[in-house]
Amino acid sequence: MSSILVFAESTDGKFKKTSREAVSYAAELGGDVTAVAFGDIEQSELESLGNNGAGKVLHAGDDKLNQGVIQAYASALAQAVEQTGAEIVVFSKSSLGDAVAARLAAKIGAALASNVVSLPDTSNGFVVKRSIYTNKAFVNVDMKEGKKIIAVKKNAVGIKEDGGSATVESFSPDLGDTDFAVKITKTEKAEGDVLLPEADIVVSGGRGLKGPENWDMVEELASELGAATGCSKPVSDMGWRPHHEHVGQTGVKVAPSLYIAIGISGAIQHLAGVNASKVLVAINKDPEAPFFKAADYGIVGDAFEVVPKLIDAVKASND
Amino acid sequence: MKILVCITHVPDTTSKISFTDNNTKFDSSGVQYIIGPYDDYALARAVELKESNGATVTVLNVGTSETEPTIRKALAIGADDAIRVDAFPENGHFVAEQIAHIAKENNYDLILMGRESIDYNGGAVHGMVGEMLGLPSLSPVMTLDIEGNTAKMAREIEGGKEYVEVDLPFVAGCQEPIAEWKIPNMRGIMTARTKPLNVVEAVDTTEKTELKNYELPPEKGDCKMIDPDNVEELVDLLKNEAKVL
Ligand SMILES: Cc1cc2nc3c(=O)[nH]c(=O)nc-3n(C[C@H](O)[C@H](O)[C@H](O)COP(=O)(O)OP(=O)(O)OC[C@H]3O[C@@H](n4cnc5c(N)ncnc54)[C@H](O)[C@@H]3O)c2cc1C
Ligand SMILES: Cc1cc2nc3c(=O)[nH]c(=O)nc-3n(C[C@H](O)[C@H](O)[C@H](O)COP(=O)(O)OP(=O)(O)OC[C@H]3O[C@@H](n4cnc5c(N)ncnc54)[C@H](O)[C@@H]3O)c2cc1C
Repeated sequence: MSSILVFAESTDGKFKKTSREAVSYAAELGGDVTAVAFGDIEQSELESLGNNGAGKVLHAGDDKLNQGVIQAYASALAQAVEQTGAEIVVFSKSSLGDAVAARLAAKIGAALASNVVSLPDTSNGFVVKRSIYTNKAFVNVDMKEGKKIIAVKKNAVGIKEDGGSATVESFSPDLGDTDFAVKITKTEKAEGDVLLPEADIVVSGGRGLKGPENWDMVEELASELGAATGCSKPVSDMGWRPHHEHVGQTGVKVAPSLYIAIGISGAIQHLAGVNASKVLVAINKDPEAPFFKAADYGIVGDAFEVVPKLIDAVKASND
Repeated sequence: MKILVCITHVPDTTSKISFTDNNTKFDSSGVQYIIGPYDDYALARAVELKESNGATVTVLNVGTSETEPTIRKALAIGADDAIRVDAFPENGHFVAEQIAHIAKENNYDLILMGRESIDYNGGAVHGMVGEMLGLPSLSPVMTLDIEGNTAKMAREIEGGKEYVEVDLPFVAGCQEPIAEWKIPNMRGIMTARTKPLNVVEAVDTTEKTELKNYELPPEKGDCKMIDPDNVEELVDLLKNEAKVL
């Protein structure tokens, strides 16, 4: 059986949902799946990747590997490729995943396809479908070279759970000073429980909300729904909300089950970042707002009246 | 300091995306081309660094002659000279090989790119070039300051940021708020006409991926409108029809 490697990203000792998607994707490819995990992670968490289809986890637990050390991860993965004889390496698309996958591709001379949304069609070559033009189109590409790196788009594959448990092996890659040339001096984590790029529901506000002081109701709705909060570009440009909440072509691209846009006009650049969502809801006082053309459900009304009512309705349905 | 800024020539963000020739070619009729928005941030920061720290800024594009107006715009914004590698940018790997080749010949102190292209959204060229040159690579970079031989940066991580330090030279993929986009002024546009734009041949690479065909996403259905006085209906539909709550 062919050997497949997965870069299993974690934050604060927990695997990201997208890492479980990547492991599930690798398992679907059919082969011996080995996940590579870095930093301080507990044994039970490591084993839990077995539930998603990993047979083995190579764990490089050195403290130096806790943070996003791009070069070190790429070097370590290249060694893991060598060690396992893997022909395919699976990533989940993320700011870190992209950076590491690119270096690894150049290092081991592999073909790279990112934003992949399908399993390969191997009837004639090794053809995967990629999302391009910021979700406006797809392209089918044949990955020719022997070794292949696939970065899977978020929410494009389901997480499989079969109750398995992975065997964990400690892994000590040979890393040098150049792998740690970039010194991480400080890390700042956003507040809030739900991270925007991973959220299953997103409540987002635009310039129609008039000012930062009006975000209480956005946050309350988000908290009732267990959602993350997002915003349009002008809102983050004006400093009403932090930059990491900026959704769209030039910001975070989200693909939640549900995206609720409040007081956002629906400019094409905003839609580019959200149109991979399963269901789009628009709340806008202007019936001609372009968002209604893209949305599945719409309410024409004043956000300051509609949102409080919606919060009550969600509360009532949660009870 | 010598700064290289790599720019893409991409359809304007409002372009309608469609394909011709049995879905094997991008339909460029009526499409306006721009500097990739992320690359535009990188360029703006490079021009600021030129003003504050003293530097020469070279822009590089891998593309056919059609991209020259886009390159001239970068010169008008403040780059000193430009290089065009005369080839169709078939994929990220091909582009990275070209950039690495130029960089090896010119010893830049800083190579700035966008975090990703807005056509193929690969987010890969900076990492590949870094690896090919044996230099550190970082992306997405949100702030960049240079003191002496050291750069201080903030890099976006999911749900937050990370502050890093690294010695020059290195490769960075940029995004906002690293700088504000610059609009060329009249003087810039005039001087851009006479700034050097060198056209060079591409180096050979092995092809690692081959494009088969394009697809468009399925058409969206109509938007179901809900009475603002009956928001309970929305919650009910999200729960029982769309099944997302
Ligand atoms: C190259 C480029 C890249 C860009 N990238 C992005 C991007 O990544 N993300 C992004 O978001 N934008 C991006 N933009 C900007 C984009 O074009 C729009 O300007 C922006 O999305 C508009 O933000 P908005 O909808 O919040 O504001 P507006 O367009 O001002 O819309 C506000 C909306 O609120 C409604 N409204 C007002 N009052 C109320 C009320 N009381 N109740 C309900 N509704 C109300 C109005 O009817 C209106 O529809 C980009 C632009 C360019 C040129
Ligand atoms: C018709 C058509 C066919 C294409 N076919 C393919 C294909 O088969 N496979 C494929 O992967 N891509 C293909 N491309 C995409 C093209 O190669 C990309 O625009 C780009 O050159 C590399 O893609 P990327 O998304 O990986 O770049 P990214 O890694 O997202 O780019 C990051 C940064 O690298 C720099 N950069 C990227 N491209 C260039 C460039 N050309 N010149 C200078 N700097 C650059 C920019 O600073 C950019 O912000 C095609 C494009 C078109 C229009």
